[in-house]
Amino acid sequence: MDARRASRTVIDPKVRHVGFFTPSADALPARTQSGPATATPSPPLSESPASNSLSPVMIPPSRHLSDTVAIRTAAVPVPDSALRRLDSGEQVPVGSYNPSESLLGSSPVASSPSSRTGDGTLEFSEENSVQWYRRSGSGKMASSLPGGGFESVAALRMPLEVPGKSAEVVPKVQNEVPASSEQAKAKPTKAERRALQEAQRAAKAEGRKPTPVSGGGATSKPVKQSSQKKEMQKKETTAVASSVVASEKKGGDRPTDRRKDVPPPRMQFDDKSRVEKAKKRSVVNQTEAKNRVELFRHLPQYEQGTQLPDLESKFFQLDPMHPAIYKVGLKYLAGDISGGNARCIAMLKAFQEAISDYSTPPQKTLVRDLTAKISSYVSFFIECRPLSISMGNAIRFIKSRVAKLPLSLSESEAKSTLCSEIDRFLNDKIIVADKVIVRHAATKIRDGDVLLTYGSSCVVEMIFLYAHELGKQFRVVIVDSRPKLEGQALLHRLVAKGLTCTYTHINAVSYIMHEVTRVFLGAASVLSNGTVYSRVGTACVAMVAHAFCIPVLVCCEAYKFHERVQLDSICSNELGDPDAVAKVSGRTDVNYLENWANKDNLQLLNLMYDATPADYISMIVTDYGMIPPTSVPVIVREYGREHLY
Amino acid sequence: MPDVHTLVNDFVIKLKRRKIEGSQATAKLTAELLRSVISSQRVPYTNQAGALIDAVNAVGEQLIAANPVELAVGNIVRRVLHIIREEDLSLTTAAMAGLNMSTVSDDEDDGDRDNYPVLSAAVVAAAARSTLRPPSLQTLLEDIPDAAAIPHTSSSGDSEGKSKSADKSSRSRKLKHDVIEAVNELIQDICTCHEQIAEQAVEHIHHNEVILTLGSSKTVLEFLFAAKEKKRSFRVFVAEGAPRYQGHLLAKELVARGLQTTLITDSAVFAMISRVNMVIVGAHAVMANGGVIAPVGLNMVALAAQRHAVPFVVLAGSHKLCPLYPHNPEVLLNELRSPSELLDFGEFSDCMDFRSGTGSPLLHVVNPTFDYVPPKLVSLFITDTGGHNPSYMYRLIADYYSADDLVVQRRPGTGS
Repeated sequence: MDARRASRTVIDPKVRHVGFFTPSADALPARTQSGPATATPSPPLSESPASNSLSPVMIPPSRHLSDTVAIRTAAVPVPDSALRRLDSGEQVPVGSYNPSESLLGSSPVASSPSSRTGDGTLEFSEENSVQWYRRSGSGKMASSLPGGGFESVAALRMPLEVPGKSAEVVPKVQNEVPASSEQAKAKPTKAERRALQEAQRAAKAEGRKPTPVSGGGATSKPVKQSSQKKEMQKKETTAVASSVVASEKKGGDRPTDRRKDVPPPRMQFDDKSRVEKAKKRSVVNQTEAKNRVELFRHLPQYEQGTQLPDLESKFFQLDPMHPAIYKVGLKYLAGDISGGNARCIAMLKAFQEAISDYSTPPQKTLVRDLTAKISSYVSFFIECRPLSISMGNAIRFIKSRVAKLPLSLSESEAKSTLCSEIDRFLNDKIIVADKVIVRHAATKIRDGDVLLTYGSSCVVEMIFLYAHELGKQFRVVIVDSRPKLEGQALLHRLVAKGLTCTYTHINAVSYIMHEVTRVFLGAASVLSNGTVYSRVGTACVAMVAHAFCIPVLVCCEAYKFHERVQLDSICSNELGDPDAVAKVSGRTDVNYLENWANKDNLQLLNLMYDATPADYISMIVTDYGMIPPTSVPVIVREYGREHLY
Repeated sequence: MPDVHTLVNDFVIKLKRRKIEGSQATAKLTAELLRSVISSQRVPYTNQAGALIDAVNAVGEQLIAANPVELAVGNIVRRVLHIIREEDLSLTTAAMAGLNMSTVSDDEDDGDRDNYPVLSAAVVAAAARSTLRPPSLQTLLEDIPDAAAIPHTSSSGDSEGKSKSADKSSRSRKLKHDVIEAVNELIQDICTCHEQIAEQAVEHIHHNEVILTLGSSKTVLEFLFAAKEKKRSFRVFVAEGAPRYQGHLLAKELVARGLQTTLITDSAVFAMISRVNMVIVGAHAVMANGGVIAPVGLNMVALAAQRHAVPFVVLAGSHKLCPLYPHNPEVLLNELRSPSELLDFGEFSDCMDFRSGTGSPLLHVVNPTFDYVPPKLVSLFITDTGGHNPSYMYRLIADYYSADDLVVQRRPGTGS
């Protein structure tokens, strides 16, 4: 990791010249000129092949390319390095994010007509490939650099341009373009990280000087000011992050893109530098747990119980967060909503509310701004509790729908389309899917059966109730485990409905398995190697059932399927509150570990999920039918695309 | 013998009320009780061994009936019976030697022998024949008349024995003395079996090993600690062992002794076992086929260990070796504890009212105490005599018990 980072610092400035810096640097004069700027670009506009709205956008890329080429061909190392020094050291402060620059291309650039030496058609052909990248780049750039003092860069830049003005540059431009665009495609994470770095640096710089922007805090005490500053940073960084996501999104839409096939790497919490960065970005202050389990360094292990009051106190400061989102996030954090479906539904409903209350800020496009908004909501959810796979899939769905919105739609139309899309997803993928699963699974219940289930799965509960309504005579065994004891709630509900239930704990599963005829299990996800990722303990139950030759039926909606593969329960998991392990509810005699945190040698591990190997599973009941675990990748492949992309 | 009677009754009541926890404690108390039974038992003139065996049998039957699941009681009763037989045998052989050679044995023995009343050579020969010969079907068959003879000597138990053998022969004193000595040794063995097992720890635990255990067992604690003492550094995962949560206690003790310990929930066993090098657990009892009656949850652990090819090692003192072969042990050698350990009565009081049409309650709670781990899931037994395969258990057991005692029962005539 370190080696790679080192190399990047060498590359960094170069990338900057190609991708990010120049356009925005060029774009900025427009803003400073403000009034006259609109006047100046008009002549080049008329020159451009068509007076369509795209042309102003299309101009800057060519310009910035020629510009970079100019730097290269001119081989002026001195100003280059000077620029680099300036970039890295002095924190060039530029104005805050202004979308007009990137969107309308702020053609002011054209004020130097020299750059337009390349012929229009060529540029046009390349425009598509460059545009998306450039746009996001400039946005990122602009947002990361706080206001003022741009002139120094411009001053440096302008003279540089002059030598590169010659016509021979043009062919090189053509060569350059694919290279640069490809680079951008190939290393998205680099760009992302760089943007982050940039943002942090900028934030730091901002933190150092008293910013005139945060003038609102002038009257307040210094403490408050600092907190406000933090807020500022956060806002800024979330904006950056969202723009990064936006750029990725754009990249994902490109048909030639291969990245789509590979899921993005998950955050690894043993990577210190990234954790530090993530911490700075986060809304919730989390202190790392004292006695962390060595084996799970790569997963977040924070002190539990500190976030909730912290977040509650911040309620009025987090203005970008929609209240519905906030509410759901807090519920995740408090554990009031749990279970893959419930969490996913709550999230989608919150998104719906947020979308219906959403209005595009002036000078922004709905597609990009909304994607950014959603991304920031998602990162808030992640801070509350790591996403479940079902939520991840739903988010992917929403984002793809937002990105696919036709530009011709008005804002209200777009919003209502999105809301109905979400409704459709909720209905098709969850509610109707559950009904189909229940129908399928109920055919597998016969009179006299003894059905075992583990924990509390809403689908399995529905199956039992449905079969009971059908008048089938069967008995239910509920196996439960600490610390959540979700089975007790299920037991309550089933007994109230008149089902005969036997309750026991997971250790006794091999005792009770003698009398069981079928095992019904829920799942958080089914991975494409057939592994069932579910509440911890599911694997134990499936294993014992397998050992007793009792069929294991896993009931899982197809929207929870994921193309990831996993062999063990350690590489990817979620850790719960270790205190929940130490305290046994309702048992005052078990108090051996009252102040366990003081003991260095003792760690408590509260694992949330485990991975059940495919060979313990007899059948997966899903909305596409009843399939063996080996068919999961087929479902993922054939049907996953259909609704997500 | 009122005091012995009260002792026995007290112990029976304790067993019935499950006041004694742990097979070691039970074994020790049983052995001590039997020692006092033997010492207070007046032995008849002839067939002293038979009288002792009968007395022990009578008490043993009560004790086993008091808590049939606590196999250690039966084990100890059988061990004591075996000791009596062995001592009797050795005395008889010594007597035979005295008769045949009548010379060079040491003085004390000679004196004893001289005091011997008229003991017909035929009786001695028969006894010697039956005891000296290796166990075979024929011996079993030939024993029958002998065994049948026993009841009428001590059919009415203690009182008759007392009245009949007013004069204590020194031979009987000798036998009793030897038996009590041997029972003392047995008690000693039971007390020190931890150390003897723990001594082997270093041979089985290597550096940086990751060990998983479930619940709490004193043997396991001592075993791990012995390895720690020998400067091995290793990590221990402790599954808490619901519903008793003894794992918490074990974790606390291990940490107090400086071991790296991670407490996990029982449900996480399968997830964690792939990173574990060895599973070390204690047992409640080891059956003759190599199967283990163990705290609930261990069958699951054993299955998970088998799946990941992790050695499953059972530590068991010799008092846990049971000469019986299990039949349906999950049910017959199990005990269901109170549901209150799983469900809060108050919380579920409303569920108690629901009844199905036939009037049987809708809600059942199952809380078994033990699990049966079949021998094929066990990699190794470590007893105080060393490590053994499950398939060897029957042979090991043959060393400790005699075939006659497998069924501890008063002879048919005596039964009420």
